[in-house]
Amino acid sequence: MSASTIGILLPLFVGLPLLVAGILICTGHRLRLHAVVTMLTMLTMLAGAMYIVYHFWTTDGGAIGHQVGHWPAGIAIPFVADMFTALMLSVTLLLTVVSIWFAHASQAANSKYFAPLVLVLSTGVNGALLTADLFNLFVFLEVMLLPSYGLYVLSANRKLPVRRTHGARLYVTLNLFTSTLYMAGVGFLYGTAGSVNIGVLAEQAKHDSTVALAGAVTIFALCIKASVVPVHGWLARAYPATSPAVTALFSGLHTKVAIYAIYRIYAVVYDGDTRFLWIGVVLFSLTMLIGVFGAVGEKTTRTILTFHMVSQIGYILLGVALFTELGLTAGIFYLLHHMIVKAALFMATGAVEVRYGTGVIGALGGISRTEPVIAVAFMIAALSLAGIPPFSGFVAKFMLIVGAVEAGEIAAVVVMLFVSLITLLSMLKIWTGMFWEKGSGGPATKSGTIITSQTRDPYAQEVSYTPELATEATRAQVTTLTGTQTIVEADEATVPARRINFALAAPAVTLSLITVAFGLGGQFLLSLSGIAAEGLYDATEYVQAVLQP
Amino acid sequence: MTLALTIGLLTAGAVYLFTKREMLRVILGFVLLGHAANLILFAAGGTDRRSEAFYTSTDPTAMADPLPQAFILTAIVIAFSITIFMLVLSVTGEDSDETAEKVEKLDVAAESESDGTPHKSFRTNGEGK
Repeated sequence: MSASTIGILLPLFVGLPLLVAGILICTGHRLRLHAVVTMLTMLTMLAGAMYIVYHFWTTDGGAIGHQVGHWPAGIAIPFVADMFTALMLSVTLLLTVVSIWFAHASQAANSKYFAPLVLVLSTGVNGALLTADLFNLFVFLEVMLLPSYGLYVLSANRKLPVRRTHGARLYVTLNLFTSTLYMAGVGFLYGTAGSVNIGVLAEQAKHDSTVALAGAVTIFALCIKASVVPVHGWLARAYPATSPAVTALFSGLHTKVAIYAIYRIYAVVYDGDTRFLWIGVVLFSLTMLIGVFGAVGEKTTRTILTFHMVSQIGYILLGVALFTELGLTAGIFYLLHHMIVKAALFMATGAVEVRYGTGVIGALGGISRTEPVIAVAFMIAALSLAGIPPFSGFVAKFMLIVGAVEAGEIAAVVVMLFVSLITLLSMLKIWTGMFWEKGSGGPATKSGTIITSQTRDPYAQEVSYTPELATEATRAQVTTLTGTQTIVEADEATVPARRINFALAAPAVTLSLITVAFGLGGQFLLSLSGIAAEGLYDATEYVQAVLQP
Repeated sequence: MTLALTIGLLTAGAVYLFTKREMLRVILGFVLLGHAANLILFAAGGTDRRSEAFYTSTDPTAMADPLPQAFILTAIVIAFSITIFMLVLSVTGEDSDETAEKVEKLDVAAESESDGTPHKSFRTNGEGK
């Protein structure tokens, strides 16, 4: 397929899911049909995205542009793909596919609006990745966020409406504020540079400080969306308050699209201006540190994991703050690795949370004996997150450290190594608190075991998730959490049964296997990331593709 | 200048309303902030050197720039839909958003008994407390 054919097909990444979403809305409450059609749509797009990766691999970089509607360049909205776009499209679509599977397996998708909302969400993500127009990026961010608000509330537990509302209020107000700020930044850019087309804006911020200031407003807004310290506080409050499936889905898409936009804007509009890089190095090092310390005091798996997400976002963005070819390569590799691993962790602990009714550290124990598969999946993802070989996290961290040494940012290297250690300790906390054997005899080994839940606190209770399909036994376990000392009467069998079936475990296992593959086949993915980084480091081909007639 | 002062005034009003705990006031704050951002976009079109598009001149450089107006139109539609959604959230939850304090009142066991019926606070809110 030639480059121009691919260009013509690029708008389909936006058009196809939107069209399918509209059709599915009309079919009403047919969940099986919805699941099949959504999966087929997503897999088609995934194949398309991977083909574009293959195309750029064979041509060794470059960029493909398309003026939507064949309007002349400068008037049309340009859709442009290069290796970075294609890699991001592939991984976000892969995560969406796996998340849809997980949502169906965990009963979070029992609504006729679930599939259409996910499709529109995917529309927004694809559009935000492909567009080369900053105002159009704002529109696609909103297209991505609006269905997210719906998903946030929709797949929430119906028995706890008030808690979900609190989370949703925070989430909606934060995002509306950020979007308004971003829009104001785009307004300033238009006022100072006279365009919102990335191709026209290219390198302008380097030469004109008013444009740089206007661009800084948009980057600041994107930093809030990506939850960079000191504007990170919303993430750990908002994400854990919905169902595990939706947390996993959002973790892979929302903050990552903002990171992608930061990379793109800084690389093209600022042309990697070295004057401002120190701000990034300081802020992103702080993000690593504060994120990982935030996780120390948390008592549920999902709040710990979201704080780690903040910490990891510091690592990812450090790539753009170094702005060397090696640094960008490492940053892009880290971004791809992180999306997979984080979703794997959310899905592994989410599967436990869905079946056992709680994600509170210390409330469960010995799950590794009843659920060995999910425990191994969690362990692989956790070690990968901490950066232990042979998983992808090791390659990502190693490359980033080499890049930082090369750029002379020794303080950042020290922070990275220190944070890795704390990350490992934090993952061990989840492991011992949830999966490992708890004292002599876990809660599910004998009937009438006394559980002393000293780790209870009101906030932890808030985020505990009670699925509607919870069995009486599970509900009895949850009830014990309200008292200080209660006797579990439920489990009559001495050998506990497996509760996480194949369908629920599959997503976490799949993603864990991918992180192993990324680790062992790191060379191949690094070469792809290298091509993507070249496209950012020298953005002329991208700019040409944006401005081509 | 008038535009700049108006934007400042709207933003100040929005910040004042954001400091309130009630969700409805926060929403009103967002309405003001949205207007402020729209006016920034409007000003970006060069209102100081351009005038209305009709009757005054045939010179395109002196006519109002249509692009920022299209931006504003898009932004208004988006902000409007989110405002409606936030209004729904403001009546389905409780009056304030003290996430940490409110939790103590919630009881998992009590809620699981009252299957199907709306939460207590939802009803009291619905009666226009």
